[in-house]
Amino acid sequence: MIGNIVKKEFKELFTLSTLIPIVVIAIVFASVGQMIGNIGETMEEKPVIGIVDMDGGDFSDIAMAVLTERAELIYDGNDAEEGLEEVRKENGVALLVIPENFSQDIYANHPGEIEIYWIMKGAGMMDSISSGTVEGLIQAVNQGISTKLIQEDSSFDPALVLVPTTRVETTFFKGKEVEGLSASQLGNMLSSQSIAIPIVVMMLIIMAGASVISSMGMEKENKTLETLLTLPVRRSHIVIGKIVGSALVGMIMAGIYMIGFSRYMSSFQISDVNLADFGLALGMQDYLLIGISLFTALLAGLSLCIVLGTFAKNYRSAQALVFPITALAMISMFITMFKDFDTIPAVLRILVFAIPFSHPMMAMRALMMDNYSLVIGGIAYTAVFTVIMIAVAVRIFNSDRLLTGSVQKRVGLGKLVWGFRR
Amino acid sequence: MKAVEVRELVKDYGNFRAINGISFEVNEGEIFGLIGPNGAGKTTALRVVATLLQITSGSVTVFGYELPKEAGEVRKIISYLPEEAGAYKNLTGKEYLNFIAKFFGEGEKSQNIVQRGLEIANLGERINDKVDTYSKGMTRRLLVGRALMVNPRLAILDEPTSGLDVLNAQEVRKIINSSVEAGTAVLLSSHNMLEVELLCHRIALINDGKIVASGTTAELKKEYDAGNIEEAFVKAIK
Repeated sequence: MIGNIVKKEFKELFTLSTLIPIVVIAIVFASVGQMIGNIGETMEEKPVIGIVDMDGGDFSDIAMAVLTERAELIYDGNDAEEGLEEVRKENGVALLVIPENFSQDIYANHPGEIEIYWIMKGAGMMDSISSGTVEGLIQAVNQGISTKLIQEDSSFDPALVLVPTTRVETTFFKGKEVEGLSASQLGNMLSSQSIAIPIVVMMLIIMAGASVISSMGMEKENKTLETLLTLPVRRSHIVIGKIVGSALVGMIMAGIYMIGFSRYMSSFQISDVNLADFGLALGMQDYLLIGISLFTALLAGLSLCIVLGTFAKNYRSAQALVFPITALAMISMFITMFKDFDTIPAVLRILVFAIPFSHPMMAMRALMMDNYSLVIGGIAYTAVFTVIMIAVAVRIFNSDRLLTGSVQKRVGLGKLVWGFRR
Repeated sequence: MKAVEVRELVKDYGNFRAINGISFEVNEGEIFGLIGPNGAGKTTALRVVATLLQITSGSVTVFGYELPKEAGEVRKIISYLPEEAGAYKNLTGKEYLNFIAKFFGEGEKSQNIVQRGLEIANLGERINDKVDTYSKGMTRRLLVGRALMVNPRLAILDEPTSGLDVLNAQEVRKIINSSVEAGTAVLLSSHNMLEVELLCHRIALINDGKIVASGTTAELKKEYDAGNIEEAFVKAIK
């Protein structure tokens, strides 16, 4: 008896239409993972750096020995400018400059100063792995110097023994020169400032998208669609009305969600960062662009949802159709969180750009770096995407497809065929 | 002017021909019925006239407006009641009538339309309850009210009494008749042969996508020497 019910349930739920989206999304996720790369492998790789040793003393020798062993040196000379150029050319992570009197300062009980020039490639979480490895190298250098200090003389200041070097850091990122921050610090700052937007966008798209797709499913299930389509109203107005209505519902729902989420996130916030101190503050026009990017992405997402919604047979099948939208929003969110647009492989870059929800997720970080072309290009693309999707939706609304889709074939046409056979 | 003129209408669903070259006319102030069994092509024909489906070949005009070219104009003067139609479940009956009325007029005009809908539906206080709580008969009366409250020049009614009990069915037929007296032309479909005799001025018998006979019920009964329309239909398709 139970077996019979299980068999029926399985047959009812495990259909091609429920299976295909899962398989497609699984393939997409696997491909994305493959393309992003492996964190473990990246961490094991030797960081590519350049060194300028202008000291030539005991402690710089220790530093050189550690760095030569644990990093891939692409420059080992005396010209900082030349070294920086070489590091940039060879796609390196940083140039370390050990200035004159480095060893002398340490012997004089003063921390030795190391100048670090970071070449930052991206602001994603995974982009800072290489710079994190270099941070590890500096620790190893400190450890080496500390060991020598302990072995040689016990009269050194204990604070110096524990931390024998200080750093003067400058980070170069997308044409900007940020003084006083390492690549990791800058990356963390950019991430913490822009992390909320991908989550807001994802929730907004999922909530509003589910509303519009469900609305189409309910219209079919409640058999109200036929009446709606015979009323004296343009089909484009029906499509736009559904999109705007769903956008409002989605915004309210996402807003409620975000109230709770922002409280949750605030518990992790350590201190307020003044972006203006580093020349990264956003102006009014930047916020306006973020708003426009968010709005066009929402419209693009909903217009895509309404096209998907035309495939809904009823409310239940509409729920399954929300899945591709959820997956696309999540793919966008994860990629833009973990990697910078500029540091992902070309294929993935095309995928990220093609998903309209990605653009507001990337907008804030891009604007901090004055990358207006990416943001404005994204807005233009999502606007064109929206217009095309609305045109496709209106075309479907004007065709027989909405009524003679699979559900109608099963009920209407099936009935016709059945009657014909009788 | 003819309310509806259908000439050699063909409608294909992929490789399946649902309607195979049918022609008929509906006059102003007339109730015209498309009569046939399930799957004969009645709903498809009604959906074409209601601007919901594209025409494969042939022509359809509604009060002189040609389909599909002037579908927008046609939608202004028709009202379509699909078989097993529903209403928005989270709205009350009155809110639903209001929603529909606003497509046909603003302000006082819209209010007058709603008032007519309330009178036709005749649901009393229950009109203020959510549609979700209505019985099938109540929902159908609300939908008939919705379809006829706008005083359409042509009402297209697909199985208007489908699933209703005798009393509710009789009530709906009265509503349709009074609407016709007010000047509305009606194109309806039914497989209820008794209802057709009670309601329609003229009918067309449709089977396998083709019209096999048409005329008044009296003419058809005479032509096929039948005691009722059901018998005439059986003889016509043989």
